[in-house]
Amino acid sequence: MIRFKVNGKDRTFDGDPDMPLLWYLRDVAQLTGTKFGCGMSLCGACTVHQNGAAIRSCVTPMKEVGGAEITTIEGIAAMHPVQKAWMDIRVPQCGYCQTGQIMQAIALLKENKSPSDQDIDVAMSGNICRCGTYQRIRAAIHEAAKHQAAKETA
Amino acid sequence: MNLIENVSRRISQHRPSQHVSRRGFLQTALANGAFVLSVRFIPQPLFAAEGEAAPAFDASLWMSIASDGTVTIVAHRSEMGCGSRTALPLIVADELDADWSKVRIDQAIGDPKYGEQDTDGSHSVRSNFDLMRRVGATGRVMLISAAAAQWGVPQAECTTEPHFVIHRGSGRKLGYGDLATAAAKLPVPRQENLPLPLKKRSEWRYIGKESNSLFDLPEIVTGQAIFGMDATMPGMVFASVEHPPVLGQKIKSYDDKAALQVAGVQKTLTIETFKPPHQFQPLGGVAVIADNTWATFQGRKSLKIEWDSSPHSIYNSAPFRKTLEATSRQPGKVVRNVGDVDAAFAQSGKSGGKIIEAEFYTPHLAHVSMEPPVAVAEYRNGKVLAWAPTQNPQAVQETIAGVLGIKKEDVTCHVTLLGGGFGRKSKPDQVAEAAVLSKQLGKPVKVVWSREDDIHFDFFHSVAAMYMKAAIGPDGKPTAWLQRTVYPPINSTFDASAKYADDEMGLGWNNLPFDIPNHRAENGPADYHVRIGWLRSVANIYHAFAIQSFADELAHNADKDSVEYLLDLIGPARTVRLDLTGDEAEDAKTFPLDTARLRRVVEIAAEKSGWGKKPMGKGRGLGIAAHRSFLTYVATVVEVEVDNRGQVHIPNVWTAVDAGTIVSPDNVRNQFEGAAVFGTSLALFGEITATNGVIDQSNFDNFQVARMNRAPRHVDVTIVESEAPPAGVGEPGVPPFAPALCNAIFAATGKRVRELPLSKTKLV
Repeated sequence: MIRFKVNGKDRTFDGDPDMPLLWYLRDVAQLTGTKFGCGMSLCGACTVHQNGAAIRSCVTPMKEVGGAEITTIEGIAAMHPVQKAWMDIRVPQCGYCQTGQIMQAIALLKENKSPSDQDIDVAMSGNICRCGTYQRIRAAIHEAAKHQAAKETA
Repeated sequence: MNLIENVSRRISQHRPSQHVSRRGFLQTALANGAFVLSVRFIPQPLFAAEGEAAPAFDASLWMSIASDGTVTIVAHRSEMGCGSRTALPLIVADELDADWSKVRIDQAIGDPKYGEQDTDGSHSVRSNFDLMRRVGATGRVMLISAAAAQWGVPQAECTTEPHFVIHRGSGRKLGYGDLATAAAKLPVPRQENLPLPLKKRSEWRYIGKESNSLFDLPEIVTGQAIFGMDATMPGMVFASVEHPPVLGQKIKSYDDKAALQVAGVQKTLTIETFKPPHQFQPLGGVAVIADNTWATFQGRKSLKIEWDSSPHSIYNSAPFRKTLEATSRQPGKVVRNVGDVDAAFAQSGKSGGKIIEAEFYTPHLAHVSMEPPVAVAEYRNGKVLAWAPTQNPQAVQETIAGVLGIKKEDVTCHVTLLGGGFGRKSKPDQVAEAAVLSKQLGKPVKVVWSREDDIHFDFFHSVAAMYMKAAIGPDGKPTAWLQRTVYPPINSTFDASAKYADDEMGLGWNNLPFDIPNHRAENGPADYHVRIGWLRSVANIYHAFAIQSFADELAHNADKDSVEYLLDLIGPARTVRLDLTGDEAEDAKTFPLDTARLRRVVEIAAEKSGWGKKPMGKGRGLGIAAHRSFLTYVATVVEVEVDNRGQVHIPNVWTAVDAGTIVSPDNVRNQFEGAAVFGTSLALFGEITATNGVIDQSNFDNFQVARMNRAPRHVDVTIVESEAPPAGVGEPGVPPFAPALCNAIFAATGKRVRELPLSKTKLV
């Protein structure tokens, strides 16, 4: 029996320990904000937080989440400054990859309060957007960083 | 009033249990619904299937107003990221003078009563703009009429402000919700009986406004939006299908013993291989049924399947390319002829004029929308209920009806949000798989394709070879221009014997907008060995690549500036005479090929980029290309930097767009920013190949698309102010990108790129 937390709630799992967290979240816990895109950690659509750090849930087997605190997009208090920036800049087109992008961006801004374009490139290039909203993603991360900084100095 | 069944209500009842209704007020909106408007307008879709009568809009239902003021508008086109689901209701809301915050959108099921519903060809706004305006205006007239009656004043003394009817003289006002019940009792004015008071352009509140944003934006950023991947049905099981590796193969034998041992796997089932033509039928194969998606994938790994032979196992990309190229050097079917190209070439030969030839090649591409194909369907008592991320719910009905031998009216298809589409999701083979499996199992089935399935079994963008030849006059301009294009046609999907292109000719081949006295466009035959389909802007991609690269080549040959030369080729402002038939001829009436508009976007893009005004330095260059597609004029300038390892960087892109009247400018900019990234992907990396009929690529490691670090750093989009009828915006940004990039690479390095992707050409 694997014990862990998802969005603050205690959870247990006694199925196939090799099942990736992605499919537990989507098919078992019915938290469908986390998306399937590649299954090989190539696209970032499945990004969630494990103890605050961004991970790819599609290659994280359940046996590795024992004792962990998992946060999905559903566990992010709406409207997080990053989500608000995504709304203000009107980033999404189809929107499918955007929850993964947002989770990745939140993790980046936790570590780096004022990322440069270069920092954003490094942190975000594992997340594919086939609609091609990268320019807006970059702008939204800068905007969220600005808001965050303004809040902290206020 | 012709009150008919409330489609909105029906859709609400069928939403998957997870669906989060938008905002709190939605819950009760329809419970008190009073004013249900039905209209009998006949839209004229420009891409109506051949031989089909114009769709009869027999008492369709488009909008309703509840007594709490909630306005519900039906979106009959799919949302795959282009904004159609928002744009059409915005048009209705504008003419209705509704308060957008009180509007909810219900997604239509597939039903011919909505007319054509295939969200492709960049024509949702173009084909529905007038209709949506009339729907809204009709509602407004009825609300005014109801208020005037209540006040006992002439209608002419009344007007509206958002969500209220106002009596000008007394300042009295009544909310739309308060008027709903009375309005519902009035006859619907029919458009032929009165001139509907459409707003003046200056009175529009939403159309053309910067403030518009996607209706589903809040749900998208919070993870609440429901895509096809997220749809569920009570009691459903999961399925994933091991397809025949080569198109058309059938199962000889299979062993599922090991698969059945996999945790969570329930059973295996077979799906029959299609009978040609494949159309949108399932490919066939062995399905693994399990408790969850992961178990279906694991089970498939343990299947042992022996496949029989297929005529398509001869497909190898390298020799096939040689065949295409050889065909492109032979005379083909003439699709447009101006003057006498042969005589002009002969004349040029005699007078010692210069002849320039060039060949271009582009490979297959896969769509790779971020959401792989997926669907959930239930077969019960001879009827099918499906939820799918489909661009074309009526094709879902037809395909399932055909495969299961039931009536298409007995197939109900609900449309979720689409996690990208790009043309792939016009083809509903995966929805048919779910229906076939549900019939066998007696319960709802969710079919999930892996990324590998998506890439191996796409309806691929066609591989193409183009041959170009020009005779150059003393002024450096062509006196004759011959262009020949060869590729397996999309028609092969519907007719296994088809070898020549059809609709693709209108996609940038039979409408060269150049001022050249002798011109001939041809198309040569080719066989298909994989499923061929539409991909965002379709044949425009390879046609624009050949034409706009060749134009730049001629400019350099004549030692002329590329922009000046391109403007010279386009020639003076005029309507280009095109000998078109059918839908294309109809389009040309409303949307003549106007070279003034093409010239203008070229001039704007060049000016914005600082063309000719800034020193570029070593390894840097600007390139331009202009192309009209989906009736929209686009010019793109790409700035490129080729580093000393030959790697291509794209610091800037400037695009000028004349798409006529625009509904949501910010969304249009987003589409063209994205088109530059889509263009980057296909230009730098995009290549699908086959070995013995089996596709070589499988996931984002070997079929790469542009990531943030390789995408253009900055894309500047200029929208040309225009009062022309609305044209397309989802696709037209793609075609000029690759040639503009390759022309920039020539400017930067002196290397002329004649084949894609760029990874095939050594740049240093």
